[in-house]
Amino acid sequence: MLKGIIGKKSKKVKNTVEAGAVKNFAFSIGDPSPLYIDEVTGKKSRYKRRIAPPTFPFTLDYGVIPELHLPTKGLIHGEQSFHYYRPLFVGEEIFCHFEIKDYYEKFGNNGSMGFLVTKRYGEDLNRDLIYTDEQILILNEVVRKGLIL
Amino acid sequence: MSTISNLEKGETLGSIQLDPVHRLDLIKYAGASGDFNPIHTIDEEAKKAGLPQIIAHGMWTMGNLAKIFSPYMNEGFIQDYSIRFRGMVFVGDVITLKATLTERESDNMIFDVSAVNQNKVEVLKGQIIFKTDHKFII
Repeated sequence: MLKGIIGKKSKKVKNTVEAGAVKNFAFSIGDPSPLYIDEVTGKKSRYKRRIAPPTFPFTLDYGVIPELHLPTKGLIHGEQSFHYYRPLFVGEEIFCHFEIKDYYEKFGNNGSMGFLVTKRYGEDLNRDLIYTDEQILILNEVVRKGLIL
Repeated sequence: MSTISNLEKGETLGSIQLDPVHRLDLIKYAGASGDFNPIHTIDEEAKKAGLPQIIAHGMWTMGNLAKIFSPYMNEGFIQDYSIRFRGMVFVGDVITLKATLTERESDNMIFDVSAVNQNKVEVLKGQIIFKTDHKFII
């Protein structure tokens, strides 16, 4: 089951950090900061271009791990973290993939809960890391029953 | 021009009170993020999942919270942003976002960040490390 897929990785997928997507995203979180959406402000900035809001990478395509069959319902997002080596620039092309870092179960008041830890990677075209992010998804017993194949 | 580097330990960078959460906020976020899990937008689906009503995407609140730092992103960048989702955010909730400087280690400014609802419940809590180092500029 889930324990067996620890360590599995997806194939890298090329993504473009599209200006329009960044702009829509910035507005959707109520943060239309000029450094994210305005070309002139970006050019005048220390980065010489626009940057993406820190949680934007959550929306990119990280490919698939064929053995991972998660339901679309009933998952709880428990924790989320991002680590940046530098800001993500608008317009750049990056390679994205993800990895199953861990899976463990705990017993609590609501029965046993499963914790799935995934790590995602964003690399520039030279394969240098721009950011990583880690996510902990919580799966209750009902969800896990649906995963038994 | 505002500056972040003058901030003293214990000082609050910002406290932003959002407008009451509107269903349209969540529909827009679903579209912009590609997260179409229906518990965030469709009442019947939320109820089927055992929720009283639709709930905000955790990432919507996390995305909002970072905007306290947006005016300072030309002085540095968010190097680390970690969050624990502790409570649900419902339509109509009034969320207040906060960031307080707790520590400084050379170029790193460490902030406690949180999102609190109208009942003073911390729905989201974590840490941001803002890096004011300039050497990464390309």
